[in-house]
Amino acid sequence: MPKLSDLLVPAPLRKTPKPGEAGVPTTPAPQDLKSAPPERPTDLGRTGEKALEAPMEATAWIDQRLAASGFLTGMLFRKVPKGTNWFYTLGSATLFAFIVQAVTGVFLAMFYTPSATQAYSSIAHINNDVFLGQFVHGMHKWGASVMVILIFLHMGRTFFFGAYKYPRELNWVIGVVLLILTMTMAFTGYLLPFDQRSYWASIVGININGTGPIVGPYLSDFLRAGPELGATTLSRFYAIHMLLVPGAIIALIGAHLYLVVKLGTTAPPWTKTGKPRVAEPTSDLDAGVSGNGYHPNGAGATVAGVRVDGHNGGGATA
Amino acid sequence: MAEDADKINQPYRAPDQVRTEPPPPGYFEGESMTRRKVFTIASQALGGLAGAAIILPAVGFAVAPIFHRGKERWEKIGKVSDFTEDTYRQVVFTETPGIGDIGKQLAYVRQSSKELGEEPGQIVAVSNRCAHLGCPVRFVQAAGNFICPCHGGVYDFQGKRIGGPPVRPLDRFQTRITKGEVEVGPRYSVTSQLKPVRARDPGEFTGGVWEYLYPPRPSTFPPP
Repeated sequence: MPKLSDLLVPAPLRKTPKPGEAGVPTTPAPQDLKSAPPERPTDLGRTGEKALEAPMEATAWIDQRLAASGFLTGMLFRKVPKGTNWFYTLGSATLFAFIVQAVTGVFLAMFYTPSATQAYSSIAHINNDVFLGQFVHGMHKWGASVMVILIFLHMGRTFFFGAYKYPRELNWVIGVVLLILTMTMAFTGYLLPFDQRSYWASIVGININGTGPIVGPYLSDFLRAGPELGATTLSRFYAIHMLLVPGAIIALIGAHLYLVVKLGTTAPPWTKTGKPRVAEPTSDLDAGVSGNGYHPNGAGATVAGVRVDGHNGGGATA
Repeated sequence: MAEDADKINQPYRAPDQVRTEPPPPGYFEGESMTRRKVFTIASQALGGLAGAAIILPAVGFAVAPIFHRGKERWEKIGKVSDFTEDTYRQVVFTETPGIGDIGKQLAYVRQSSKELGEEPGQIVAVSNRCAHLGCPVRFVQAAGNFICPCHGGVYDFQGKRIGGPPVRPLDRFQTRITKGEVEVGPRYSVTSQLKPVRARDPGEFTGGVWEYLYPPRPSTFPPP
């Protein structure tokens, strides 16, 4: 039985066998002797083994060119402080909510028409006719509330754990900008179904913007693209909701996560400061860091909501 | 390397005495700038120019509607005899054509009332947009008041605020009578004394110092 790869890959593209492999003697052949074509192995078990190795080889090929594994292991196996607990998953939960919004939003855009006369009927079409349309629309609609709630819980965790203090002030600032952008998303997205509720809520929202002295009236005109809420208002809100703010949010989430990994997370305020259990701190930033890697303990909790706990000295138990 | 670059980037100062060392690379005698510095500044300036060429038109495009005033539009809403002095009639008219229902406005229309001391022979068209945050108010015949469902704003028969959070009387629309036909035109706001001013958005005070704190927008029409 020949190997699967031998059947699929033409001879000139095949890997040259290394000495010691099947069909190749360990000692090199004499120079004047042409090497024989590799003998086709008959072992069935080797095929399975090779198939298992294939994804690893592909990954290795990519990593050789990207050199990303050092960064990834550094990020996933970074030290997290003793006492890291469930509250630390709120940030990842917010990120997950954003991903849900991004994905469902892209697919909603395939059926939505941002036109003053057709927007409402296109939403009705999504809800009533499109397969799973109401479900995807519902995910986007309720997911928006979930994201706003999570972002505030995450903010509360950061505040009450004192995680905004030096050296993480900049990350707090980025987080506040992300909060404002999320509220912008919520505000602009609310108009898009273009029913009575959206319409009047946007009227009220824009008029609240307008009550700011001196700049307020102009801000209202800017948001509406004119003195009255009209067709251009809808396209304007759609463009802000679809293109402008999501790009900014993605970029700022990148910066936010970079700083989280770079600066590390803080221990909960009730954690006793003492000698770190594993590594001596190399700088102030490492103080209080103990022995647990982020992955798989923290990563499992944040990705699946399942906590893989305690096998390396106790994350949440400390 | 880095040290060399630093040296190059420093302006060259000619020594007072006869020079013993040759000038650092990139300098000619009497020059205040190296080529490297000139090219750095020039390429940054070019990049800035290219960036401005992209950003400025885009921002201008987005901001332009603030300074744009649409065409004045007058819509026929009926004969003078269709309206009375003592009560309002609801009229829906098109303000912006071609965009469906949102291009429409609702006005409560009546003839001017001698009892209230208004100039006779005029048509009063009161907007149903609440002066608090823009919800639609309703004229309640039994009470003779306008009432807003959102936050409880109440206005009297003339549209003056008598209760709740609104900051000024109800807006009005300009009216004119052409050959016995009543026409409504652009919106305008009024002060608490019903003096016409340029249209303001809901929530913005009118009259006195407020005219400066909430400046008139170029996108609105001058008051009658």
